[in-house]
Amino acid sequence: MKKVIEIVNDIDTAKVYAELSDAKSGGICVFVGAVREFTNNEEVVALEFETYQAMALKEMDKIADKAFEKWTLNKVVMRHAVGEKGVEEPVVVVGASSAHRDACFEACRFLIDTLKETVPIWKKEKFKNKSVWVSAHP
Amino acid sequence: MNVLFFGITKDIVGSSEVNFNDELKPANVGSLKKKLIDAYPEFSKLNSLAVAVNSEYADDTLTLTGNEEIAIIPPVSGG
Repeated sequence: MKKVIEIVNDIDTAKVYAELSDAKSGGICVFVGAVREFTNNEEVVALEFETYQAMALKEMDKIADKAFEKWTLNKVVMRHAVGEKGVEEPVVVVGASSAHRDACFEACRFLIDTLKETVPIWKKEKFKNKSVWVSAHP
Repeated sequence: MNVLFFGITKDIVGSSEVNFNDELKPANVGSLKKKLIDAYPEFSKLNSLAVAVNSEYADDTLTLTGNEEIAIIPPVSGG
């Protein structure tokens, strides 16, 4: 079992295949989250991410360990970007590899869904005339 | 006692770190939250307000000595 857990300034999506690939894995599943141009019909100029890095790495590590407990996986990658990101830029990449596809598909969904629930990373949506911290208010 | 602020709570407080005087030091996580909401009423309008002690989520009952690294965690929105 091998994990890559990182907070980075820029995500290189080309790296993840080599990180997850190995002789025992017949399946590799990757999710990439990117900046979308519109939120509720409003044009997004950029997203800005900040993190409490020491805690974010710990929480991501816990999620990866839980995925290894729940499924038979060979490798897991969880990498999130910080700073300002423009439309179409990748902001998060998670993935898992396993002998067969079911385990890595399910694990990949678990990795991103749980990251969004517990990892201390915050996203500010920047529009032309205002900025909004996502999910802060009801 | 130093408290770190992130995301919207940093904007509300106007700083990423605040030092509380010893005499104002809350005994536990719950009373720290109450003091913060009293000092910054906008905190009560947030979807959630969590506290991390030594970079782990902490329950309201956890006792504080003042030597921990304390961080205020508003609703997270990574991904």
